[in-house]
Amino acid sequence: MQEDVRFIQGNEAVALGALYAGLGFYAGYPITPSTEVAEILSDRLPKQGATFVQMEDEISSMCAIIGASLTGLKVMTATSGPGFSLMQEAIGYAVMAEVPSVVVNMQRGGPSTGLPTSVAQGDVMQARWGTHGDHSIIALTASTLQDAFEMTVEGFNLAETYRTPVVLLFDEVLAHMREKVIVPAPGELEVVERLRTSVPKGTNYHPYLAREDGRLPMSDFGGRHRYNVTGLVHDMWGFPSTDPKVAYDLLHHLVDKLENRADSMAHFREYYLEDAETLLISYGSPARSALHLVEERRKRGAKIGLLELQSLWPFPRRTIRKKCEGRIRVLVVEMNRGQICQEVRKTVSNPERVYLSNRFDGIFISPQDILQTLNVIGGKGI
Amino acid sequence: MLVKDYIRQRFFPHLWCPGCGHGTIMASMIRAIDRLGLQQNEIVVVSGIGCSSRMAGYLDFHTMHTIHGRAVAFATGVKMGRPDLKVIVPMGDGDALAIGGNHLIHAARRNLDLTAIIMNNRIYGMTGGQFSPMTPFGEKGTTAPLGNVDHAFDIVGLAKGAGASFVARTTTYHVQEMTRFLAKAIEHHGFSVVEVMSQCPTYYGRKNRLGSAVDMLERYRDGTVSRGSKKAAGSHDLIERGIFVEEDRPEYSSEYSTLVNRYTGTNESEER
Repeated sequence: MQEDVRFIQGNEAVALGALYAGLGFYAGYPITPSTEVAEILSDRLPKQGATFVQMEDEISSMCAIIGASLTGLKVMTATSGPGFSLMQEAIGYAVMAEVPSVVVNMQRGGPSTGLPTSVAQGDVMQARWGTHGDHSIIALTASTLQDAFEMTVEGFNLAETYRTPVVLLFDEVLAHMREKVIVPAPGELEVVERLRTSVPKGTNYHPYLAREDGRLPMSDFGGRHRYNVTGLVHDMWGFPSTDPKVAYDLLHHLVDKLENRADSMAHFREYYLEDAETLLISYGSPARSALHLVEERRKRGAKIGLLELQSLWPFPRRTIRKKCEGRIRVLVVEMNRGQICQEVRKTVSNPERVYLSNRFDGIFISPQDILQTLNVIGGKGI
Repeated sequence: MLVKDYIRQRFFPHLWCPGCGHGTIMASMIRAIDRLGLQQNEIVVVSGIGCSSRMAGYLDFHTMHTIHGRAVAFATGVKMGRPDLKVIVPMGDGDALAIGGNHLIHAARRNLDLTAIIMNNRIYGMTGGQFSPMTPFGEKGTTAPLGNVDHAFDIVGLAKGAGASFVARTTTYHVQEMTRFLAKAIEHHGFSVVEVMSQCPTYYGRKNRLGSAVDMLERYRDGTVSRGSKKAAGSHDLIERGIFVEEDRPEYSSEYSTLVNRYTGTNESEER
């Protein structure tokens, strides 16, 4: 069979990835630089019998996809920083009520309206801690459009598997760049379908009673089981409870189901790691510059490698600790004031050897920028 | 018909105060649903946050107790996900009109087939009696100890202006009328808003020296009038009850299905 080769924009790669994963419902509100996701889906979804709704704001967009998810559909919304801020309360609801949902954040410069058409990665911590209360969340990213497509499919798979919101934390450069994407044939990538309960009609179904493997089979609204969904601390019936044991167990479940799998479900790419004395750690579009520099320096005999993170949250701590072991220096390359760099420093045994190469002025970080940082670290001056 | 067939007795007693009007509204809603002969599995109740919103948990339908002000937005997702289901959205006045005002008017503009029940007790009860967007000018709340300087919404006028195709107002005193209006609203194919003037003797009543729950109900009896009646024509001081809007207009989920069918050539509702 002939390959489906396309030359497309990042937003389109994400939209196509979502459709590949079986997107059934999209709700969103226009915002730069993610708007094309909505534009493409507003054309594609109705034509295949699925639903597109343009809501009155990002708050309602997030709420609407949660509602639609409970009817049994795979759901997504897409936004950027300001809209992502507005979604936070409802994202917390999806965490608490364990509703599978996918949120795309094409990061732009912040805070506030910031730099609407410029690239940044300032929302890494907001993705982790944006909603209130103790919780865990999944955030994925990518540096190429092929990976963005695949991480979008993976985002849906993880959302369905763990009944959780998944943040696709891409950025403006990835959203607006164009490059080759080979759209996988149906069946080529794994697509996880929702786990539904086998409890028969007339038998008690406990929507929040986990199976032995920790998974909670769902029942669609309109289906044979009627149950309650709430953002309050709730028991196995989904009914509000203030019992300390119920609260303790629920919080444990919500956090552990993801954090205990942080390393086993982590996605990352390694380049020239075996003998690397200098290890770059990067993610999202800046990883392109990092890889470019690594390959340049390798040609000149430098022992340098790149660890590209595709899973940011839950943070794959053990993996990173292992990959950083024995390196002379670790340089985190990102487009913020060191949000992942801080996590790496917390993780490794020699935090003083972890350095940061960053830009946060709206200009895309270049291989030259990273080289300058390496020169400063190496005492060579700028 | 037994009301208890529609409630989750496991979760009782409920948390509403003695004399609260919300239980009366819940019972009326159940009677309306029973009268329409709807199956419990075809009804979804989506609520927000507040005293009124606890109703969702007590009812044996598909129920969703969401976040403050956003019930209509969640309900939009449910309805567009399963247009064949009846979606009922009970809200308090603060929930529907302050924090949730934007979602209410936009759902009305789309004329999406939801039934919004605004349980108007003129106060934020759950948080202890702060003034709401329905507290009249000059009245008292715990955040208006010196008298409210805000003005209240006219829910009927707001819903009408925003495009709701069914708009009605009634009170917890007029239970038969309420059941009738709720049945019509649930049956109506389009966005319907039913304002039910409810009583909060615990906070609103006490703060404003309105007496017991019975006294407050009697005020609804004496202070309201049926729309179009002779009595209504003779008085400007009485609040009108009745159906203010009942129009057959294109409904959002049906319009969307028509759009889909144009491209897929199938009837989506049959597919399901």
